[in-house]
Amino acid sequence: MIRFEQVVKIYAGGQTAVDDLTFEAPTGQITVLVGPSGCGKTTSLRMINRMIEPTSGHISIDDEDVQSVNAARLRRGIGYVIQNAGLFPNKRVVDNVATVPILLGAPRSQARTRAREVLELVGLPGDFADRWPSQLSGGQQQRVGVARALAADPPVMLMDEPFSAVDPVVREQLQDEFLRLQRELGKTIVFVTHDIDEALKLGDQIAVMRVGGKLAQLADPAYLLAHPIDDFVAGFVGRDRGYRALTFAQTPALPLAAEPTVPLGTTPQEARAATRDGWLLVADHGRPVGWVEPEHITAAIEPAMLHRGGTVARATGPLRAALDAALSSPSRRGVITDDDGILLGTVRAHQVLEAIEATDRPEVDEADIAPAGPTSRADR
Amino acid sequence: MIAQVWRWLVDGAHWQGGTGIAQRLLEHLEYSGMSVLIAAIIALPIGAFIGHAGRAKWIIAVANAFRAIPSLGLLFVVAMWFVSRLQGDAAYLVPTIIVLVILAMPPLLAGAYSGVSEVDPAARDAAYGMGMTHRQVLTRVELPCALPLIFSGLRSAALQVIATATIAASISVGGLGRYLIDGLANSDYTEMAGGAVLVAALALVVDGVLAALQRLVVPGGLRTARSARRRRRASAVTQASPTG
Repeated sequence: MIRFEQVVKIYAGGQTAVDDLTFEAPTGQITVLVGPSGCGKTTSLRMINRMIEPTSGHISIDDEDVQSVNAARLRRGIGYVIQNAGLFPNKRVVDNVATVPILLGAPRSQARTRAREVLELVGLPGDFADRWPSQLSGGQQQRVGVARALAADPPVMLMDEPFSAVDPVVREQLQDEFLRLQRELGKTIVFVTHDIDEALKLGDQIAVMRVGGKLAQLADPAYLLAHPIDDFVAGFVGRDRGYRALTFAQTPALPLAAEPTVPLGTTPQEARAATRDGWLLVADHGRPVGWVEPEHITAAIEPAMLHRGGTVARATGPLRAALDAALSSPSRRGVITDDDGILLGTVRAHQVLEAIEATDRPEVDEADIAPAGPTSRADR
Repeated sequence: MIAQVWRWLVDGAHWQGGTGIAQRLLEHLEYSGMSVLIAAIIALPIGAFIGHAGRAKWIIAVANAFRAIPSLGLLFVVAMWFVSRLQGDAAYLVPTIIVLVILAMPPLLAGAYSGVSEVDPAARDAAYGMGMTHRQVLTRVELPCALPLIFSGLRSAALQVIATATIAASISVGGLGRYLIDGLANSDYTEMAGGAVLVAALALVVDGVLAALQRLVVPGGLRTARSARRRRRASAVTQASPTG
C-alpha cells in the first residue's frame, strides 16, 4: 500500500504543483491518477520514488516513509515505466531489461536469463532480446520498458503515461496485455494518464486531479461514472456516462432464446429450410462466425458471404457488450457465448434493457451528497 | 611538378637517417599524439562533467574563443617565455606541445559536452528512476551514448593538431614541418610540396585508424540508430523528388 499524507509540492518559482494530497493506493491494485495537464499527476507519481522531493507531507510504502531510504536503493525496489520507454540505446534489449537485477548485484548471466523470461512474459520472445532498441517499433519499445520495470520483480510499479506515445490500435493491445499481466502478477501500481478512457479501463480506483494539484475525486470506475462529485469531474469523465458505466456492470442471467445454426458449406436450399425469419446464424463447431440471409444466397455458404457487423458477447461479460451484441446484430438478436466462445443463445435488446433496469447502480456515498472537500472512496 | 614531388617522395635516400622522412614522420606523430593525449585527459572529463551536471557551460564558450588565437603567434609567445626557463630541446618541445594542446582542447571539450548533454532525456530519466547513482548514469548510459560525438571531437582534434604541428619546425623542432620551413628557406618548392603531401597523408591515415577504432568501440545500437536515420532521410528525399 502506498499512502500519501498531506503531500504538498511547491516548485522553486512558487508554483503549487500538488496541494495537500492525501490518499491510499491499495496493495495489488491499479490506482490511476488522471487529470488535465498541470494537475500535478506526474509530480505526484515522481514523488513516490523521490525523483521529486515533496515540500511537505509524507509518502510511505507499506508504512515505511520513502524519505527514510536512500533514494537509489528505494528506486531499485520500484518498477518505473515512462512515456517514451527511455531505453538505453547503447545496450541490447536483453541488457536493458537486465539493468535493475545487475544494479542489485545479480551476476550478469543470471540477470540475462531473468531478462529473457520477462521479455517472453511481455510478448517479446526469442531473438528480440538480442536486438538494439533502435530496431524496435514504438509499441515494442514500450513492452521492453515494462519488462525492464518487471525484471527485478518489484512489488510496486510506477507508470507515467506508458501507452500514450503509441498509436490507438497498439495502445489498446498494450492495455489488454497489461491487464492480463496484472491479473497474474498482482502488483501495486500507480498509473498516470491524461486519458479518462484509459483510466476507466485500467483503474481499480481512479484519482481525478484538477489543475493546482488538488484531488477532485477518488473512486472506482463505476462509481465515478455514476456519481461524479462536481461539474469538473463530470465534464472530465465525459459524455455517455450511463452507457459507459455498463462496462462495469456484470451481465445477470439473461433469458436466452435457442438459435438454430448451420455450418459453413450449407447449401441455399438447406439454409432456407433452417431459417425462421430473414437471417440465419452460421456457426463453426459451435462458435458463431456470422449471419447470412438465405434468401439472397445462390451457392453453398462460405466465409466471404457472412455479415460481420454483429458483435458477440460473453454471458459472463459486461452488460455493455450484451447490449451492443443485440444492437449490432442484423437480425436484432444478440449472440451470446460462453467463455470459450461456444454459442449459448440469442437475446433481444429489450431483454438486455430489462436486465439493466433490474441491475443495481453504485449507491451514492453519504459523504458525496454534501461534499466538504476531496472525498475518498478507497474503502469501497 | 607532380612528377618531381613524386620522385622526391620515393627517393630512398630521403627516407633514411636522422633527418630522413621516416624520422620526421615519427617525430610528427610523437608531438601530435602526445598533444592530443594530454588534451583528451584534460578536456574529456571536464566536457563530460559539464554535460552531465549542466553547469559551468561558460567553459565551453571560453575554450571555443581560444580557437581564434593564431597558433603561430601563440607558439612564439610561449616559446619566448620558456626559452629562458628550460634547457636544451625541452625549451622548444614544451611550448610546441602546449600550443597544440590548447588547439586540441575545444573540439574535444565540445564533443564530450554535447555527447553527454544530448543523451535522450527519457533514457537519463529512466536510468535515475531505476536506481542508478550519478556515477552509474554517467558511466553506463551517458558516456557510451556520447561515444560517437566524443570520437568526432577526437578526430577533428587529431586532424587540426597534425596539420598545425608543422609550425613546430619554425622554432627549430623536428617533424614534417621541417620540409616546409627548410624548403621555403632554400626555395626548394619540391621539398615543400612533398612535405605538405606527407602531412596530408599522415592526417588521412590517422583519421582512418581512428575511424576504425570508433567502429570497434561505439556500441552497435548507436550505429544502427544513426544509419536508420540516414536511411529514413534518404528515402524521404527519394520520395520527395518528382518522378518522371
